[in-house]
Amino acid sequence: MERGEAKSKKAGGPPRLCCICNERRPVLKRPKTLQQICRECFYEVFEEEIHQAIVNNGLFKSGERVAIGASGGKDSTVLAYVLSELNRRYSYGLDLFLLSIDEGITGYRDDSLETVKRNELQYGLPLQILSYKDLYGWTMDDIVKMIGLKNNCTFCGVFRRQALDRGAALLKVDKLVTGHNADDIAETVLLNILRGDIARLSRCTSITTGEDGPIPRKYCETLTLSSHTYAYFKKLDYFSTECIYSPNAYRGFAREFIKDLERLRPRAILDIIKSGEDFRIATTTKMPEQGTCERCGYISSQKWCKACVLLDGLNRGLPKMGIGRARGGGVNGGDHKKETKAGSTVKTLESKQCGSLDF
Amino acid sequence: MACNSSGCESGGCYGREKENGCKVVDVKETVRLCVKCKSNEPMTFGDGGSDDGRFCAECFRSNVYGKFRLAVTSHAMITPSDNVLVAFSGGSSSRVALQFVHELQVKALKNYEASRDRSLPVFGVGVAFVDESAAYPSLSGGMSDAIELVRSTVLSLSPPEKDLHVVTIESVFGSESVEARDRLVKLLDSVSDETGKEDLLLHLKMLSLQKVASENGYNRLVVGSCTSRLASHVLTATVKGRGYSLSADIQHVDARWKVPIVLPLRDCVWQEITRLCHLDGLKTVELARHPQSGINDLVSSFVALLQEENPSRECTIVRTAAKLTPFYFNKIPETDDSCVPMATQRRLKKFNLKYDGSMTTEAFCPICNGPLNGSDSSEDESDALYAACCSSCRFQILPQEPSSLDHFGSLLPHHMISQVKHHQKFDSQTYLREKIKDCLLLDDEEAV
Repeated sequence: MERGEAKSKKAGGPPRLCCICNERRPVLKRPKTLQQICRECFYEVFEEEIHQAIVNNGLFKSGERVAIGASGGKDSTVLAYVLSELNRRYSYGLDLFLLSIDEGITGYRDDSLETVKRNELQYGLPLQILSYKDLYGWTMDDIVKMIGLKNNCTFCGVFRRQALDRGAALLKVDKLVTGHNADDIAETVLLNILRGDIARLSRCTSITTGEDGPIPRKYCETLTLSSHTYAYFKKLDYFSTECIYSPNAYRGFAREFIKDLERLRPRAILDIIKSGEDFRIATTTKMPEQGTCERCGYISSQKWCKACVLLDGLNRGLPKMGIGRARGGGVNGGDHKKETKAGSTVKTLESKQCGSLDF
Repeated sequence: MACNSSGCESGGCYGREKENGCKVVDVKETVRLCVKCKSNEPMTFGDGGSDDGRFCAECFRSNVYGKFRLAVTSHAMITPSDNVLVAFSGGSSSRVALQFVHELQVKALKNYEASRDRSLPVFGVGVAFVDESAAYPSLSGGMSDAIELVRSTVLSLSPPEKDLHVVTIESVFGSESVEARDRLVKLLDSVSDETGKEDLLLHLKMLSLQKVASENGYNRLVVGSCTSRLASHVLTATVKGRGYSLSADIQHVDARWKVPIVLPLRDCVWQEITRLCHLDGLKTVELARHPQSGINDLVSSFVALLQEENPSRECTIVRTAAKLTPFYFNKIPETDDSCVPMATQRRLKKFNLKYDGSMTTEAFCPICNGPLNGSDSSEDESDALYAACCSSCRFQILPQEPSSLDHFGSLLPHHMISQVKHHQKFDSQTYLREKIKDCLLLDDEEAV
């Protein structure tokens, strides 16, 4: 932003005007295109992009009940704000709800939940909160006490995804929307390459996932930077602390890298997603088959879904169960405790949304 | 990081045993034998890498050479009637490739001399070195020493003798004159993106190697890319939006070029290569790299970071990328050439039968030679060059102003631009005709 302004000062002419309306003074450089635009045009352009994504992909039908995964962080706050705004403006005819998950992380989640409660009032959207304690009998704090700071993100991610689905079923909604943006998807593509998860690599760039399952989920291709800039300018009420356990997540590597990459070439984030979409994956590659969990009925490619496996491990005092490569057959992956690789290579069934509903 | 005691096994906390104070039986201290042959003392390289102190020198060397030889034989990379050009940069990877190819050739020569009927000829080997000092002026200082080292290395690798071809990068323009040098500088200057410039140079380097190979009668180009290099390539390609063409670049064989490229060290990691150079005293040349600030460098540091965290990460990355569908040109093409021994022809046929690479026909980007994704092409582009290029080259190499495209095109080497004129599309008709020509009764001229 400084460079742009300096340039116009050097040119010695009148201050540049917004690229789009040519009337107002630009206040920021649009992260995606580096255009100089004014505040109002930025709102318009941002909201319009989301509207187009919804319309072009046929995400919703009128009359549907839609839950918004809300954590209180910038992304979900922006999502809740924009979606309720667009619902009103373009008459989508949607019944919107806020759905929040309480993982039981003191000093983090309890604070962010306050934000969501305020959002309920500010946006007039009914709120449903589900907690790990109620669903699983364990809070994240309990889990971390048991298993330490490594692999705890696996538990959280797996549990939260299922909790969202359960919450959505409880609210009897037709769709669940999350505030994942382009950065998240790019990180996921990279993570799947790094961890050898070819099955997920082939699915992770779809705008809709779980179509055959109970509740499809959607994301949007806005850049994190755009989304956060929107939140900043609109002075939306959000909670901006990172999860206290997040420094140990493997996703952190990918995120750092992407941040550096973005500085060199902003469009690289979208290029990663493009690559992910263009990957040609051999049809002969073994892909997991979709079934249901014997224990809870949730969607699963194994006999037991990952959440049940992890939960069982916790309850039996064998927290390493379900972490690392599965050995032998068996419902629970056997009573193995082998960690075959150094570091945090973990094979999880659920997608890589660890700690990433907010930033 | 907390290491849960109930889950801590030996090997499970690599490198962190000491920090966490876990009781782990340190295998190294009690047993001092090579884990493979169990007779010799294991080598310690002390480079902090994995597998240090596990293998003796012989077993280590035979492991690495074994991977090389397996790659060569199972992909029919080098066969008796071939004339092979080894691209030698002076670095460790290509040095090892050269060394192994030489050893293979020596063995073939021994068999040839020992055999009674001398039916299998010994494949020929040449070496090529590309002088990039026109592009990176900072290299010119050490260049003559580097070339001297290269020369003496090649001389030492005989018998059998090997020709050395030292070419400058500007030779892609047809000559090594001052004009060619200037043209190269102009071309590079007209690329504003740092990474684009580096990549364009890589493409030009490949072109110059292809030129050397085809002008001197070589039919294979050996490139020493190892797993680590390919892991970086997987990530750079992903990050540049080249997900479609990625699988073409990382296979053992890349036959979309006039002289097919083979990667016999594809399954060896950088650590093995540097250790081998150290072990065998293979001299390498490290030309002072002009500081690179682009994406390629960022990715290399990222991969290095990941490797620290988990030494098998590079292998995982390449293994994942290997699950992407390769292209039809990622195998040595079958040939009816009568010079090729029957055994080779049979092996090629057998390999190609098992091969399930995609049988699509492809158009190629004139600059990077990457297969083009049908959905990317924009037929209605006014500029032929722009229309012909892939989206990645369009962004990072081609000038952004349409008015500069013509001038840029005039600076490109003839080989690249000629592809645009012919509207390069793989001629499926010709390809099919080659396959069925034995059944055809008409001559070429009478063909429809």
